[in-house]
Amino acid sequence: MTKQRSAKSGPARTARPDPPPRWRERWRRRCTPWTFAGPAAALLALFFAYPLLAGLYQSFTADRDGVTTWVGLAQYRRMAADPVFWAALRNTGLILLVQVPVMIGLALLLAFGLNQSWLRLRAGFRIAYFLPAVTMLVAYSVVFRVLLKTDGGLVNQMLGAVGLPDVDWLNGPGWARLALIGSITWRWTGYNAVILLAGLQSIAREQYEAAAIDGAGPLTTFVRVVMPQLRPVILFCSVTSTIGTLQLFDENYVLTGGGPGNATTTPVLYLYKVGFEQLDFGYAAAISWVVVAIIGLISYAQFRFIGKDGSR
Amino acid sequence: MSQAAEARSRTRGGRPRAGRALALLLLLAGALISAAPFYWMVVASTRDDSELFASPPPFLPGGRFLHNLVELEHTIGFGRVMLNSAGVAVVYTVLSSLISAMCGYALAKYRFRGRRLLLGAVLATMMIPFQVLLVPLFQMMASLGWVDTYQAVILPFLANSFGIFLMRQAFLAFPDELIESARMDGAGDLRIFYRVVLPVVRPQFGALVIFTFMTQWNAFLWPLLMLNTEDKYTAPVALYTLIGQSHVDYSGLILGSFLATLPLMLIFFLFQKQFVSGLLGGAVKG
Repeated sequence: MTKQRSAKSGPARTARPDPPPRWRERWRRRCTPWTFAGPAAALLALFFAYPLLAGLYQSFTADRDGVTTWVGLAQYRRMAADPVFWAALRNTGLILLVQVPVMIGLALLLAFGLNQSWLRLRAGFRIAYFLPAVTMLVAYSVVFRVLLKTDGGLVNQMLGAVGLPDVDWLNGPGWARLALIGSITWRWTGYNAVILLAGLQSIAREQYEAAAIDGAGPLTTFVRVVMPQLRPVILFCSVTSTIGTLQLFDENYVLTGGGPGNATTTPVLYLYKVGFEQLDFGYAAAISWVVVAIIGLISYAQFRFIGKDGSR
Repeated sequence: MSQAAEARSRTRGGRPRAGRALALLLLLAGALISAAPFYWMVVASTRDDSELFASPPPFLPGGRFLHNLVELEHTIGFGRVMLNSAGVAVVYTVLSSLISAMCGYALAKYRFRGRRLLLGAVLATMMIPFQVLLVPLFQMMASLGWVDTYQAVILPFLANSFGIFLMRQAFLAFPDELIESARMDGAGDLRIFYRVVLPVVRPQFGALVIFTFMTQWNAFLWPLLMLNTEDKYTAPVALYTLIGQSHVDYSGLILGSFLATLPLMLIFFLFQKQFVSGLLGGAVKG
């Protein structure tokens, strides 16, 4: 179109000396952003937006004898009455209420310890704490399986050494939950501690000195000086841990497979099983959309919380 | 000395030392719990299974390292599998880091139609678990005939929202004047990006590269679904198929796991500062 116009306005061009550069400039302005954003945008559209919407459509269908039929909200109604789905949600809730606060608390303690000026070998500590988070998932699961093995596993041998009976770590519902919570805590506490430490180190030394001059004890310094400034980082850790918990899949998939029964099943693991083991694609799609909705709601609430804090 | 003053002086003299000892104890215990499994992996991968589950368990490395390694090469073609992992991770890292950095640059430095939509999509991908896309993505790859190919492993997650966001934050802090003056000098936009802008944000870009490599090296579920020929397996997939076998050779499995984790540990040792600052990119917003 632009080409046509410039051809038609050919005679007028002599009157105005400069139009082609101008529209070319406009064209350039409009297009250069997309030479940068284009590849990512195309990939996101193709491999994110499209499958997401395809999944939404699929959640209103069912596959019967190889024929896909529209079933409206039937899959969602089925989910509401599905005890396994509710069990998975309860497991997630338990981890959110128990594991996340314990982990953040522990991570805070470690971060404060690491931030002490008298501490030597800080880099060594940091590496030790961070190692679990960079471990390959499969390695992690193998290690925990062998350590937690009921007969002959190192943990049970240690319990035996102090006179306690063997624990059936991965096959008793309560113990399996404990093992899962313990292993998630092992893997991610140090990671959060190192992030919190970086937050602590961004607090200027003068502020501690000022607090000390004003006669503030350690507790007052902590509550009045450290906490307000660390809050955004703590919230960051909580938000990422919460989203991580809602998306929990890897750990229980390789460690317990969601069992025994459904004691360690999570919604994402359940949707994986429904989709790839039972090949019930419509139902899997419906579950995934409910998971998306839950994560969206909780993340929105948390971001609102951060926003209100004035730190964003 | 009054009682109160005495008590005060005791807390002054005594508490820091006791507090320090307690804090040090806590830190050491934490470090031990964090790192002990890695020492134990070294022990386990140099022993055979009967020694591993013996009572008392071994606490020092044994002499079966080479034997386990040969066995591992024999069962899963360990060398091949590690090369596959390296190839996939390197290609993915190069492409993904550049694509993410470019998108972050566009979002930070240009005003254009569709910008807000794109930014929204990037934020959405950060919150939506990728497992939600598994079934439709799998069907998509199947209908493209891409199952059991490396492009199916690499392509879907190239546009990395974490990276886009991280780089956007980095570029937001970059002064517009510098870009303008480079433009005055007649440099094209791409040239400005690669020659002027990218070198300045090298620390953040480095963090992104490290982070991306680690993510892809560890990637498990998607490669497991996509790859089904043994000689195409990446390391995590090959090791996982070992777990599924009826007779599990634990010491070999642990040796493989340890060796496959080793590159990540090395990278982390070398670049820990950058890695942490990269992670923090999302936490401390400018």
